[in-house]
Amino acid sequence: MSVAAPTGVTRRLLELGILRTKPADMERKLPLRRQLVIQAILLLITVTVLFPLVWIFSMALDPRNLARPDGLDLIPPGASLDAFGRVIAQPTSNPISFIELALNSLKVAIGSSVIAVALGITAAYAFSRLKFRGRAWLMIAVLGVLMLPSVATIIPLFIFLNQFRIEFGDLTFNLRNSLVGVTLAVIAGQLPFAIWNLKGYLDTIPRDLEEAAATDGATQNQIFRKVVLPLAIPAIAVTGFLGFLGGWTEYLTVALFVSEVSDWTLSLALNSMVGQFARTTNWSEFAAFAILFAAPVSIVFFVFQRYLVGGLAVGGVKG
Amino acid sequence: MATSTATLPRRSAGARARRGIAPYLYLVPAFFVMAIITFYPLAFQVWMSFHDFGQINFRVRNPVPAEFVGLDNYVRIATSQLQIPNFEFIRLVLFNLWWAFSNVVVHVVIGVFVAVLLNTKGLRFRGFYRAVFILPVVIPPIIVATVWRNMFDPNAGAVNLGLQGIGGFFGISPEHPAFNLDWLRQPNDPISWIPLPLAFFAMITANSWLGWPLNSVVATGALQSIPGELYEAAEMDGANSWQKFKAVTLPFLRPAMLPYAIYGFVITFNLFFLPYFMTQGEPFGRTEILVTQAYRLAAERRLFGVAAAFSVYLFFLLLVVTLITNRMAKATKSYAD
Repeated sequence: MSVAAPTGVTRRLLELGILRTKPADMERKLPLRRQLVIQAILLLITVTVLFPLVWIFSMALDPRNLARPDGLDLIPPGASLDAFGRVIAQPTSNPISFIELALNSLKVAIGSSVIAVALGITAAYAFSRLKFRGRAWLMIAVLGVLMLPSVATIIPLFIFLNQFRIEFGDLTFNLRNSLVGVTLAVIAGQLPFAIWNLKGYLDTIPRDLEEAAATDGATQNQIFRKVVLPLAIPAIAVTGFLGFLGGWTEYLTVALFVSEVSDWTLSLALNSMVGQFARTTNWSEFAAFAILFAAPVSIVFFVFQRYLVGGLAVGGVKG
Repeated sequence: MATSTATLPRRSAGARARRGIAPYLYLVPAFFVMAIITFYPLAFQVWMSFHDFGQINFRVRNPVPAEFVGLDNYVRIATSQLQIPNFEFIRLVLFNLWWAFSNVVVHVVIGVFVAVLLNTKGLRFRGFYRAVFILPVVIPPIIVATVWRNMFDPNAGAVNLGLQGIGGFFGISPEHPAFNLDWLRQPNDPISWIPLPLAFFAMITANSWLGWPLNSVVATGALQSIPGELYEAAEMDGANSWQKFKAVTLPFLRPAMLPYAIYGFVITFNLFFLPYFMTQGEPFGRTEILVTQAYRLAAERRLFGVAAAFSVYLFFLLLVVTLITNRMAKATKSYAD
């Protein structure tokens, strides 16, 4: 999935102080009645926001090992971490542990985000700083791909990657049926976003430093490596994390490409724990699995939201 | 934002080095990879869409060449002649457009409402609310969709159990049919004159939970850019709260919210996770959207040629949507500056 949009507004949103928690000014007191009415509304909204989360946590902690919850116990009697233990050992009926699933997800997430950012930064630099013929057309090409949902390219990619096979006697390696192939397909989705997001950030960096380096006789490559790259580190981290998030939860390509259970990722296991194939799945285990799956990325996201939300909440039109 | 560099007189210093082949060298890595894993597959997809491409055509040994069928795939899709139960192309497109539009309206309204509340001067616990309201954003959508699927389970789902709890508070039996709805699969429409299944309302509930907080973030950014004097001036003219909102707040919100609403429209239009994991297209494929249908055609039915034609349709639909929304954005852009 490409969560994508041109940025540059990112910066502006941050400058506007989106997540500023400090009230602008407190000099005027709010009348008590109004304060209470607003607090009541906000509290109600808080309940709706927290309801699914509390429910998931309470199911995960339910010690009774029920197949389905038998009531809405938001605080389950005698909470225990048994469900977590069970899903870490073997979340689904397939012989694969949580750690193995997480490692597979990690491979896809790291491989795709690192490569997409590495390829993206040089292209972003060229688009942001250099003048050349065909610039507008190439940018339109990137934007056009960025707009396309990954479903729209996944089918030909399946057939394309399926052509790469190596056979040694009984052993067959099929690029399509491997995490390498999955990673390549995920990169196809992430690269346009990486280019666009990094370009948006580079556009907001003043060029004074580069100009100074140029007058001191630095070559193009030196300027890029010694001036631009260090300045772009925050954007590289943000783009890399958003890419990591996409790879960590990638479902489409893994489900379509991969056939061996040993190549399963967390999202595939999660899907097999809900719906028609999951009559036997204990909901406590589903809940525990969902928490373990979400926690690493959600915590990082929550802590660094100040930098990350801008990357997601960017308006489609650059100001 | 471009003002910082436009006036610098030193531009020619580095300009000489920037001509020639160097820019292309910076582009080669990314475009080489994109050519292989994006542009070539896209071109191949167009080729596929004119062929009856199925399971047998991509065997590596003894490949069978795909049969050229011309526009047959396109015609079969447009006239709903596919071997899929309950497939109606026009209904699918209309539902997809309505799905994106209705969600964006709900998200923007709730998002702005909460942002305005949170922006009230002298409000207590503001930081707490901001921290809580960002939670739906930080959770991966695949988890949100699967959790909401279980929430709407007819027997053990939290929604029905919660409704039963509220009903019990008023002395209504938990057996009451209103508390035992089959949210995601009920075949008859809840409101007889609106042709939308109950699952649609479940989906929009889940997606609103997921979608309004980011709108609120964007709206908050815009609200905080409003100079306080404007409100004071409005107050001096004797404006009430609603008049102040209309005359001062809205004009500042529009330039920020409109581009984001357009972006949200495109994202929601292609939102794979909810229809795929939550309703799985039920009841009778009526909550399917284009991307989930295209994926099912390939992943479940192995109709690769048809799925390719489907993706080409999707591409042109998106192109039209983008062109229209871009025009809308341009038409209102003068607000921003």
